[in-house]
Amino acid sequence: MLRYLLGRIIATIPVVVLISLLVFLLIHAAPGDPADLLLSDEASAADIADARRRWGLDQPIYVQYLRFLANIASADLGTSFKYSDPVIGLIGERLPATIELAIASLLIAILIGIPLGVWAGAKPNSWADNLGSVLGFFGISMPSFWLGIMLILIVSGYFNWLPSSGRSTYGVGQGSDFYVIQSLLTGNLKTAWDGIKYIIMPAIALGTGMMGLVMRVTRSSVLEIISEDYVRTARAKGLDERTVLWRHVLRNALVPVITVVGLELGTLLSGSIIVETVFAWPGSGSLLIAAIQSRDYPLITGTVLTYTIAFVVINFAIDMLYALIDPRIRFG
Amino acid sequence: MDNSATLEAEVISERRTARSRRLRRALRPWLTPKVIGGGIIVLLLVIGGLSAPWIAPYDPNAQNLSQALRPPDWLFGANVFGTDALGRDILSRLFYGARISLVIAVMVVIISGVVGIALGAISGYFAGTTDFLIQKLVEVVWAFPPLLLAIAIMAFLGQGLENLILALVSQRWITYCRVSRGQALSLRSREFVDAARSLGARHTRIIVRHIMPNLLPSALVIGTFSMASAIISEAALSFLGLGVPPEIPTWGSMLADGRTYISTSWWLALFPGLCIFFTVLGINLLGDGLRDILDPRLKRSGSGIG
Repeated sequence: MLRYLLGRIIATIPVVVLISLLVFLLIHAAPGDPADLLLSDEASAADIADARRRWGLDQPIYVQYLRFLANIASADLGTSFKYSDPVIGLIGERLPATIELAIASLLIAILIGIPLGVWAGAKPNSWADNLGSVLGFFGISMPSFWLGIMLILIVSGYFNWLPSSGRSTYGVGQGSDFYVIQSLLTGNLKTAWDGIKYIIMPAIALGTGMMGLVMRVTRSSVLEIISEDYVRTARAKGLDERTVLWRHVLRNALVPVITVVGLELGTLLSGSIIVETVFAWPGSGSLLIAAIQSRDYPLITGTVLTYTIAFVVINFAIDMLYALIDPRIRFG
Repeated sequence: MDNSATLEAEVISERRTARSRRLRRALRPWLTPKVIGGGIIVLLLVIGGLSAPWIAPYDPNAQNLSQALRPPDWLFGANVFGTDALGRDILSRLFYGARISLVIAVMVVIISGVVGIALGAISGYFAGTTDFLIQKLVEVVWAFPPLLLAIAIMAFLGQGLENLILALVSQRWITYCRVSRGQALSLRSREFVDAARSLGARHTRIIVRHIMPNLLPSALVIGTFSMASAIISEAALSFLGLGVPPEIPTWGSMLADGRTYISTSWWLALFPGLCIFFTVLGINLLGDGLRDILDPRLKRSGSGIG
């Protein structure tokens, strides 16, 4: 296992290096000199010449790339123009809000998608199955940002039930901590409820697409497993249907579901950029969009790299999870 | 005389019914509810988009501030779906938006398809080092979360139609490439490829004439799903202000306006969203129907960006 783990880590390194190369090329493909891009508009010609020397822009391009790579490796992503703070710190402050939103969306997708999928798969062509397949199609075809806007329109605008933007009423937890999770852990139910009121609509908007997919995959997986011999054996032993379904079928049906959840985490990650913009959620996604609007190139580069490296790490973790669940993969 | 004429007429009508019966039999597997339903929606979109200059009641960019933010007048009024903050007619903008969505999505799907199938066929046919290099490229591009690479491309290269198409193609060719590579790997050792090779055909000819035609059915299925995701991604980028320049009406940028005026003017956000939703639903239904017919084994590969 340790050997497999090491092998996989080593195999990931070139991918990360090539990702940084792609981002580096993208910065250089941008119209204009990187020094113009990386300095604010007020910079004078002398400032630009100075910056070119300081950033090594007068050096050959491969030297520039190696410097860029060395900076990433030492977690130095530069300084934001707009906030004049280190980029890495700005992103770190906003990440908890994004992670909390992603967890909430994931919970919605799994807690609703799997039971619906099992139900539909156990009784194919019943009304539950049809309802599920309609919901699945809706989930896949409805863009998260429009669903979010419609939720705001109906739930906040018309009924005035839930707040339409931000993260909390009291102004605490503006991104820099796990607001709901910490409140729950410290037993502060009032602030936890406040946080839940704010997170529920963005989480539905972000989680619905994944829910539709989880449902469809669970359904087809359950349909396949339910005709296996060992399910018949379990039934023949006289186990009641519920035990058969939840203990024998679901456990084996979950492997493809985990695959899909893993694959879709990337969609969730990039979907959160848009949903955060819709709900003015103070996460790293809305930070990226604000950075693009104010042409804050170091912050854009830093956020794009952070998201991508996070995605690589997540995929790596999921591969490891497989190796734990299914021993065949380790030797395959 | 009379008799032979009726006989002849009978024979002709018999032939005609036989022909229409054959036609119906040939079409029958295609006429599933999914294909019909999805096809009608897509057809309406194409007609609406193509005929936008003739059926749109107003110029999509004609501003009329005295008529700003008018609610929908429904069927018989001046502005059926209302107007936006600059007094522009929503319905006219929706027609023109359909045009843009359609043109971009079709171009993105075709370019991604050509690039993906070609690289996939080359990768699978030659195997070895070529395959390794192409698959490394696939791995790196695929390592970006969906849409993030597109956002980064738009952020660095700036708004514009070419950049938008590049951004949308940047990851979309990969699905074609992966599926084509797998199929090409198994095709390369088939008899007809051996036969072509022993007749002295060059690699290019084998790939273009013998391998690629066999990759088309799956590519068609991937293409429809990829079109749905391209429409959503284009709308998402426009919504974020990263699409085509602002003077071109798109459903995504209309939705962004809708978000701004959400507390006062619900119609701004409702109609463009419905257009995106029904378009994507129609294409997904069509794709699902086509997959059932053409390639039942091809599993859905991700839902795109939702």
